[in-house]
Amino acid sequence: MSNLKVSITVNGERKEAEIEPRMLLVHFIREVAGLTGTHVGCDTTNCGACTVLLDGRAVKSCTVLAAQANGKKVTTIEGLSKGENKLHPVQKAFVDKHGLQCGFCTSGMIMTSFWLLNKKRKLSEEEIREAISGNLCRCTGYESIVDSIQEAERRMDESEEYIEEEIPARRGR
Amino acid sequence: MMPPAFEYMAPTDVDEAIDLLNRYGDDAKILAGGQSLLPLLKSRITSIPYLISLSEVKDISYITDGKNSLKIGAMTLDADLEYSPTVRKNFPILSDALGQLADPLVRNMGTVGGNLSHGDPSNDLPSVMLALDATFKIRGKSGEREVHSRDFYMDTFVTALEHGEILTEISVPYWPAASGGAYVKFRKGTWNFSVAGVAVQLQLDNEIVKKAGIAITSMGPTALKASEAENYLKGKKLTAENVRHAAELVVAASQPSSDSYGSVEYKKEILRRISVQAIKKAQTRAEVK
Repeated sequence: MSNLKVSITVNGERKEAEIEPRMLLVHFIREVAGLTGTHVGCDTTNCGACTVLLDGRAVKSCTVLAAQANGKKVTTIEGLSKGENKLHPVQKAFVDKHGLQCGFCTSGMIMTSFWLLNKKRKLSEEEIREAISGNLCRCTGYESIVDSIQEAERRMDESEEYIEEEIPARRGR
Repeated sequence: MMPPAFEYMAPTDVDEAIDLLNRYGDDAKILAGGQSLLPLLKSRITSIPYLISLSEVKDISYITDGKNSLKIGAMTLDADLEYSPTVRKNFPILSDALGQLADPLVRNMGTVGGNLSHGDPSNDLPSVMLALDATFKIRGKSGEREVHSRDFYMDTFVTALEHGEILTEISVPYWPAASGGAYVKFRKGTWNFSVAGVAVQLQLDNEIVKKAGIAITSMGPTALKASEAENYLKGKKLTAENVRHAAELVVAASQPSSDSYGSVEYKKEILRRISVQAIKKAQTRAEVK
């Protein structure tokens, strides 16, 4: 089988590579671009741990061929924070409202939330739950995730300029 | 999980895609959004040596108001149709179905044409198109032809598409003013297929049904049109008794089999109940207009 040359813009940086046509976008992101924040969860289009934005739409990157993303823009969890230690309000809200426990689903959950909040505001709880219905979390029972998204919405409403905060240095264990 | 190896081609127009389909014959298949096909490849239920992607074809993703019908380009994303204002206004039955199709992330990648031409009896859009009396535009080497949705579904994963043909456009006729529709689906979790789904479109005239379109999902080898229920309702008022009887006729049109989603009896009971719900919801929407 002949290899394909693709060029995908990941978080603003153009990544070019010669790949096997069957390479999935999630593997391009993790292995070619070297960004491991995007997780491979179920690998069967169910769990959403691999969620990224493809040309501004949240998709499951385990169910997209890297070839299908050729010439397109991808945003991953690493693309949300502005520089090291500066989290996006959605990320910060997940930290503050305990939107994660084990953290495996979190990058996907945050990418879906980011897409949702950039698309629509004044969301009802039902709309939030429907929007994250393709992202599975086995720890939280979703309550704290919904809280986090509502908190993120408030923070994004308050300021056009996203509030940026330093992550405090981790103390103790 | 890696799919079995394949050659990937991304032509920029439909005719080139048709040429490629003809060149590689049975070894080739069209890749639309890939939300059904990629999981099948990844789980190695199937393998396809030549994948011809339509992702680079620009002119088959559109939603336009035609004179007598809504025209939907086959590569239109499910999500784009879901959020389309004209669909919300004129075809709430479609918004219902799209809003329950898999999950929002799948709808951001999956396409209307892919959903319709895959031929999976669990896909939601086929029964909606059957209820609405939609027609499909199909293009092949020797030109274009139109196929009515009722003649399109032949068996599980088998449609009227001949090899070397591509579904390019869906044409949904506008229904007269006093019409309304609804799609009701019963499933457990977004990751599961439905136990059953039912699409009902009604045209009323002074509380009397002038025309009914009814079809069902996940209840047989293909999406199925419930013609007897459609004919029964015609000329009748939607009394509780008539709605109940129509729901019985919908159940009679179903051909469920017993599987991990439930027994035949269970599935029929679910279908009976959601059919009543869908008819009532369609009635309410038809009356509002």
